[in-house]
Amino acid sequence: MNVSILLILLLVGAIATYFSGDKLASKFALFFSIVTFGFALNLLNRFNIGYDISYLSPWIKNPNISVILEADGLSMVMLILTLALTPIIIYSSFANNFNNSKTIYALILFMAFAMCGTFLAGDGILYYIFWELSLIPIYFISLIWGNGDAEERKKAVVKFFIYTITGSLFMLAAFAYLYTKTNNFLLADFAKLNLTINEQFWIFLAFFIAYAIKIPLIPFHSWQANVYQKSPTIGTMLLSGIMLKMGLYSVLRWQLQIAPQTAKIHIYILVAIGIAGTIYGSIVALRQKDLKRLLAYSSLAHVGLISAGAYTLNIDGLIGSVLQMIAHGFVIVGLFLAAEIINRRYHSNTIEELGGIRTHAPKFTSLFMILVLASVALPPTFNFIGEFTVLYSISQINVWYAVFGGTTIILGAYYMLKMFQSSMLGETNTKVFSDISWNEGISLSIIVAVLFFFGLYPKPIIELVTPSLETILVSINRFG
Amino acid sequence: METNLALLLLLSPFIGFLFNIFFGKKLGKILSGSIGTFTVIISFAVSIFFFLKVNEMHHAIEINLFDWIKFSNFSVKFGFLLDQLSLLWLLFVTGIGSLIHMYSISYMHDDENMHKFFAYLNLFIFFMITLVIGSNLLIMFIGWEGVGLCSYLLIGFWHKNQDYNDAAKKAFIMNRIGDLGLLIGIIIIASLFNTANFVDIKDSILKGTNNVTLFWVSIAAFALFIGATGKSAQIPLYTWLPDAMAGPTPVSALIHAATMVTAGIFMITRLNFLFDLAPDVQNIIAVIGAITALVAATIGLLQNDIKKVLAYSTVSQLGLMFLALGLGAYQVAVFHVITHAFFKACLFLGSGSVIHALHGEQDMRKMGGLKNVMPITFITMLISSLAISGIFPFAGFWSKDEILMTAFHKNLPLWIIGSLASIMTAFYMFRLMYLTFFKEFRGTEHQKSHLHESPSLITIPLIILAILATFGGLINFPGSYWLNHYLQPIISKVSHEEAFNSTSYILMGIALIGAIVGITVAYIKYIKKSELPDEDENITGISKVIYNKYYLDEAYTMLIVNPLNAASRFFRDILETGLSKFVFGFGKATEAIGTQGRKVQSGSIGLYLFAFVLGVCVILTCLFIAQ
Repeated sequence: MNVSILLILLLVGAIATYFSGDKLASKFALFFSIVTFGFALNLLNRFNIGYDISYLSPWIKNPNISVILEADGLSMVMLILTLALTPIIIYSSFANNFNNSKTIYALILFMAFAMCGTFLAGDGILYYIFWELSLIPIYFISLIWGNGDAEERKKAVVKFFIYTITGSLFMLAAFAYLYTKTNNFLLADFAKLNLTINEQFWIFLAFFIAYAIKIPLIPFHSWQANVYQKSPTIGTMLLSGIMLKMGLYSVLRWQLQIAPQTAKIHIYILVAIGIAGTIYGSIVALRQKDLKRLLAYSSLAHVGLISAGAYTLNIDGLIGSVLQMIAHGFVIVGLFLAAEIINRRYHSNTIEELGGIRTHAPKFTSLFMILVLASVALPPTFNFIGEFTVLYSISQINVWYAVFGGTTIILGAYYMLKMFQSSMLGETNTKVFSDISWNEGISLSIIVAVLFFFGLYPKPIIELVTPSLETILVSINRFG
Repeated sequence: METNLALLLLLSPFIGFLFNIFFGKKLGKILSGSIGTFTVIISFAVSIFFFLKVNEMHHAIEINLFDWIKFSNFSVKFGFLLDQLSLLWLLFVTGIGSLIHMYSISYMHDDENMHKFFAYLNLFIFFMITLVIGSNLLIMFIGWEGVGLCSYLLIGFWHKNQDYNDAAKKAFIMNRIGDLGLLIGIIIIASLFNTANFVDIKDSILKGTNNVTLFWVSIAAFALFIGATGKSAQIPLYTWLPDAMAGPTPVSALIHAATMVTAGIFMITRLNFLFDLAPDVQNIIAVIGAITALVAATIGLLQNDIKKVLAYSTVSQLGLMFLALGLGAYQVAVFHVITHAFFKACLFLGSGSVIHALHGEQDMRKMGGLKNVMPITFITMLISSLAISGIFPFAGFWSKDEILMTAFHKNLPLWIIGSLASIMTAFYMFRLMYLTFFKEFRGTEHQKSHLHESPSLITIPLIILAILATFGGLINFPGSYWLNHYLQPIISKVSHEEAFNSTSYILMGIALIGAIVGITVAYIKYIKKSELPDEDENITGISKVIYNKYYLDEAYTMLIVNPLNAASRFFRDILETGLSKFVFGFGKATEAIGTQGRKVQSGSIGLYLFAFVLGVCVILTCLFIAQ
């Protein structure tokens, strides 16, 4: 058994869901996503024992492209993140009666398929195909099932689509150039290349444009808030929980390995961009009126810090960025679900129009509160581990950078608690708010449980990713 | 065995929390409160056990549960350190915690969410224990953040009132400013010594340090001190504590007087070997402590809300403790922490008893004459007031005296500042007592007809605390100095113990006279002349500035909060839209080029031919030039 089974299952699942009809679609999708997750755990187990779970096969002779699905610790963690979140995202949306639900659920599985492919691909072109493929389902999900004015939404979603595709083209160009050096698209070969500093610079830049738009890093983030707000929450969860991690993962997997010297030369600038994003995102979040937009900017702040961790080029930073990717993936999905739960009842995510929910819904309030606290990295949540590790790694570059990056714990507390206070506390709201339903409660509880468990016991994840990140670090340091 | 008992000590309140959160409502108020109290008593009992055991064995117990986080150059164990320092803290945290839980059963009885109150209190005790027994900086940090969270939850306990929620949020955010300092301090220490474990850091330092390390140790010590100013409400981060009085009174007694706010002192004492290496930072600590003591005391002179007086008095007393820390007299600071915990908890609980009797009234201008109706409350509060004022032979006399004596020998100006603050303390405490308990009752007729002494669940804790406030000084009585000896294994560089001589007697006399002067002035003003504090609108001049806390909150709003929000609005409205337009601009430009470019493809042969010839000419010219 190898990792290709996961992709096959997701693809088959997508097709089966589509043909299962609108009534059964959500259940089919949930079933397939859980089965895939089960297989992933099994594979993880085999991987830990020491089996080879990769899949290799030639595909096209000329140009030389192969199907390489390579799973190391890093890929496994990203796969598990994707496949654990997908069922939660699907299950938590049971209450939304989507029009044409067979299509949206099929698209979600298809998206999971493409994202898993991205995390596995060891061949540049295959990776590029998965990378772009993942954009198609989210484009339709946001466009068709989104909310707000249709024209506005279309404008936002099309902008997002064209913006990211344009960015990715630079990456494709970089791959084409690299092909002239190796005569194949294998990452393994790219990572051994001794490119000149000049070559590395341009290749680094090409990747940077693609990833900075996807993650997004400032100032390439202008698509984000609009798309997060206007997409249906199920789409926002996919985008913020998993898809933006594709960009961060790719920094570690592709960009740093292929053009490490540029990263080393410009380390201060790269780390600073991430930290600037953290501060900027936090400040913009202070004055957001819409809950989902606020969460979008909080996400911008968090990924800024994650990317700063990755660009520190030390092992703590690499590990910390991966830990924080996972922690952030869970917490942001939980927070968007909380926004959705409010929206289902009050048909609004405008913070000013909410308030006084706590008396109506104590269970929901408690879970939401825990997520808010996790998001501001309160120990012993997993987010604390991630954030502390990243800040520690940044301090190894420059202590002042860590101080500036650390302002996120102050600003984050400010905007999150402010939001929580205005939307949940205060005089009892005159409109009734029914406390969470079973499936909402279970979904949130799973997320909360994961955040606490790995906050207290992050060891399994740290041990899983460390060897693969050390390998990446060796390749980064190959120029001495 | 030890591990299991340590886990019982830690988890017992946590189990109480879970019980109350999930089943509290069904259990009913009495049961919910009893479970909450009982779980803390268990922790108290286990603390006593460990205390006796460590005393007997003369060495600390270290317990490691599992590896928690691993970094490239150090790893962090989930472990506990039960030594003299942590056990001392445990004893008074769980001891006073038990009393306050007990008190709350009666105090919170009319609240519909009483089970939640107990859940949060239990959670607080759990995190406080974590803070105290953590064997390394990061476990301590879990507790540190956790108690901050509980403080937030309990200040905003009455969550329908947005003013209270604001106070809660303010407390959390100001604490977080300090927390960033603490975090940076932790990071620097871990980078320097490749460990976050207290014992290992100490060993590493005792082995010797070089100059580079010394420089960074100073930076780390300063960063840690910033953390302490947040949690322990020192300048410049103290303004959250008076606002935190929005919480129910038992919370003020437990969290905002006796235990949580002493965390900063605990941390600095824990790392005393580190602070000893940074004399500059020690000076800063001493000066900040002394100034905080004085500034808070001046504000306390004019407050009319009974809890606000006590809040400023807490800030002021904490300032004195920091003064002692800065002078390197850690054991003296710890001594005052303990006596202060006794009498300040008693004072807060007493004020709660008064507020309870008056149906929520906190303004002392509307109190008076309660001494006959509430004799137990009166006498216990009187004892505690004498203790905090430093009157012989009550607990506060001994601990405060030691602080001032240390200051006298090491830094005369700081001694003067500390003494001034002490005189003011005596004044405002007796102002509080006179206004509350003497003369005629000034409240409404309705209140007057309902005046009563509080039930025994409230008075018993008061009596116990008053007894402790009376005799607490014995733990470090001159001559025996039990506490100093007890703490010897913790404090590596014990400051030279001044022999008890004639100077000491003179200093004691001066301190005592100062306190009596303060009390007498209050007596003349409020008993002899029967003055009453002015109504808010009649307060003018310098009094107005002090009454409004030197407008520090307003200054913070103007200098930090408003600019931050202005920046947020600017980014949101100008930068974000601008950026969005800029990106759209690329799309528009592409479209425009397309529209214009399309016109070239007009189908006119003449135009194509012209372009062709022009092209050939250009190429030929280029070639010609190139040659």
